[in-house]
Amino acid sequence: MKFRAKIIDVGCLNHFTRVVNTVSRLTKACVLRLTCDHLYFVLSGRVATGGVSMWCELSQGNFFDEFQLEGVSADANEIFLEVAPENLSRALKTAQNAKSVKIKLTKKSCPCLTLAAELPSLSSVSRVVTHDIPVDVIPRRLWHDFREPQMPDFDVSIYLPPLKTMKSVVDRMKNLSNYLVLEANLNGEMNLKIDTDLVSVTTHFKELGNPPWGDDGSQSSSPTHRDPDLMAEARVDIRKLQQFLTGQQVNPSRAMCNIVHRRILHLIFLHEDVSLQYFIPAVV
Amino acid sequence: MDCVATGGNVKVLAKAIHSLSRIGEELYLEPLEDGLALRSVNSSRSAFACFLLSPLFFQRYQAPSDQSFRCKMPIKSVQAVFKSLASLDRSVEKCRIQLNSEKSRLTITLHCKHGLLKTHNLSYQDCESLQAVFDKESCANVLQAQPRLMVDTVLHFPPSLEEVNLSVSSDRVWLRNHVEDDTDSSRAMMTELCLSSEEFDHFAVGSQTSVTFCLKELRGLLVFADSSGLPVSMYFDEPGSPVILSVTDSVLEANFVLATLSEDSHPKNHVNSNTKRPDTEQPADDFMSDDMDSFLIAMETSELPGPSQVPTSPPQPTNDRKHSFSEEEQEEEALVEGPPNKKFCSLFFGSVLPTPSQLPNQTMQSQEVLASDSEDENQTETS
Repeated sequence: MKFRAKIIDVGCLNHFTRVVNTVSRLTKACVLRLTCDHLYFVLSGRVATGGVSMWCELSQGNFFDEFQLEGVSADANEIFLEVAPENLSRALKTAQNAKSVKIKLTKKSCPCLTLAAELPSLSSVSRVVTHDIPVDVIPRRLWHDFREPQMPDFDVSIYLPPLKTMKSVVDRMKNLSNYLVLEANLNGEMNLKIDTDLVSVTTHFKELGNPPWGDDGSQSSSPTHRDPDLMAEARVDIRKLQQFLTGQQVNPSRAMCNIVHRRILHLIFLHEDVSLQYFIPAVV
Repeated sequence: MDCVATGGNVKVLAKAIHSLSRIGEELYLEPLEDGLALRSVNSSRSAFACFLLSPLFFQRYQAPSDQSFRCKMPIKSVQAVFKSLASLDRSVEKCRIQLNSEKSRLTITLHCKHGLLKTHNLSYQDCESLQAVFDKESCANVLQAQPRLMVDTVLHFPPSLEEVNLSVSSDRVWLRNHVEDDTDSSRAMMTELCLSSEEFDHFAVGSQTSVTFCLKELRGLLVFADSSGLPVSMYFDEPGSPVILSVTDSVLEANFVLATLSEDSHPKNHVNSNTKRPDTEQPADDFMSDDMDSFLIAMETSELPGPSQVPTSPPQPTNDRKHSFSEEEQEEEALVEGPPNKKFCSLFFGSVLPTPSQLPNQTMQSQEVLASDSEDENQTETS
C-alpha cells in the first residue's frame, strides 16, 4: 500500500484546505477513501452521529500535481483510512504559503499521513515543517460500510436560498427550538418552520427554482404527476442543519436539497471540482 | 522610590507587565541601583522572568533610600492599570510609580492628555528577593534570531501545546512537539519544523543537543520581542539545565528562564509524578505554602553554592529536594495554574547569603528565620 501526492499550486492548496476545513467542521472523525482519480471524505450514518452521513468527493487531478497510489491489491486499487480531519486542517493551516506540500502514507509508531510543507525562509535553505497525522487503515472487509450513497427517491428537489440568508434564519431559530421543519414544493417555494408551545415562526422563500433532474436522478414519479404546490417536509434536529451551514468555507456554485417526505433531508453542494452531500434523517 | 516613564516607554512598561503575566500570578518589584526589576515566577517554579529597566529608561529614576525595598503584588491589579495598550498609546503621556511606605501602597499615576490624572494605589506585600540563578555566559549553545522567525516558528504549533523539544546540530535546528511516552502518544499528531542555521543572526552550537521546555510561557516573551522588534537570544546547555531567552537593548534587559526536562525524566518507567514520593525524601511539609519566602528558606538551609560559583547544575540533593517541593505544592494546588509538568526540575533559586567579604558595613538581621539579606542578587543576576 503506497500513497504519495504533491501540491505545488497555491490556489489548489488554498482550495484543498478550505474543503478540509469544511469537512473538519462537520465531523471529528471520518474515512478518507483514496482512489486513482478521486479523494473522498466519508461519514457513514450511525446512531452515534445522530444518523447523519456525509459524502465529499474531490477530483484528484484538480488539486494535485503528482498523485501516486498503490492500493490494497491490484483488483482493489484503493486505500481507506480513518482520520481526524481536524488534524489535517491544522497541518494545512500554517502551510498556506508553502512552495510545495507533499502528502504520503507512512508508518511511524502507527500508520500516519505525513504532510511535509516546504516553506519560504530567510536563507537559501527552505524551512520544512512535517506533520505526522495518525490514521487507521480500514480493512477491505469493512469497505462496504463506506459506499457511495444512493440518490434517494426524493419527493421534491429544490435549489436552496442564498446560504448566508438561510444560515442567519436557522441561527435565530435555533435559539427558540431544537427542531426545524424544512418543507418545499416543485413550485420553487420553501419554508423553514419552527413550532413550540410558546412560539411558531415560519420563514418563506419563493422563486428558488427546482433542479431539472430528468435523466440524471431517479424520481419516484415524474414531475407532472406531482401537484406542484404540494409540500414535502422533513423535521430535523436544528443543530445538525446549523452545523452544516456554518461549516461551509467553499461557496458552492450550486446548492440544492432533496426531500424525502418525513424521512430524509439530502443537501447537495456542488463546486467545479468538489461535491458535498449531507444526509440528515428526519425525526418524528 | 519615585520613577517616571514617559512617552513610548509607558507602553513598553505595560507590555513588559503583560509579558510577565503569562508566567505567574504575582509581580515582584524591586528598585535597584541598576534599575527597576520586575519579576515573576510560575507556581511550579519551572519558569521565571525578569525585566530590568535601567535608570535611563526613565525620565526620572530614584530608588528608595533604604536600598532594601522589595514587594510583590497580584499581577492582575497591575495589569488593570495598564489595561488597554491602544489607549495608552493615544492618551498617556507619563507614568509615575511612587512608594508610599507609611500606607504601604505603591502609587501608579498615569498622566494623560487634557490634564487627566489616573491614580492607582496598589497594596503590596513585602517579600524576599526573587532571583533564579543562571549564567548565560556559560551556556554551550547560543542562538540569536529576529523575533519574526521565532513567532513564525511557534505558529506551527497549537496554542495549547505545552512542551516543545528543541534540537540542534551543527547546521540545523529542529523544533518538535513533545509527547509524553506514557500518554496516548500513538494517537497524537506530531509536528516538526526544521530550520537552517543560516536563518539565525547568530548560531553557536557546542555539540548536538536536545532540550525540552514549556512553550506556553515563552509566548509572553515572543509577543514582547515581536512588538519591540528586538532580536531574541537563546542560551542553553544540556537537558536539565534551564534555557534562557533574552531580549536586550540599551535601556532594558529581559530574561526568561525556563526549566528543561532532565534526562532522568525520559525513560518510561521513571517514577510517575502522579504517585506520591516516599516520605523518606525531605518533604517540605513545613513549607507547604506557596509563599516564596518559605521556599527560599528551604533553599538557604540546604547546600548552596556560594555566590562566586556559577551554579548551572545545582548539587544533586538540592535537586531532589526541589523536585519534591514543587510536586507537593502542585498536588496541593490541584494543578490550577500553568503547565505544571511535574517532571521539570524547578529552577535553582537562591536567596544567596552574602559572604562576609561582601558585607563590609552591613549587619545580618538574625532575629527571625524569615528575614534574610539578599544584597547579593545583583551579583548572580547576569548583566
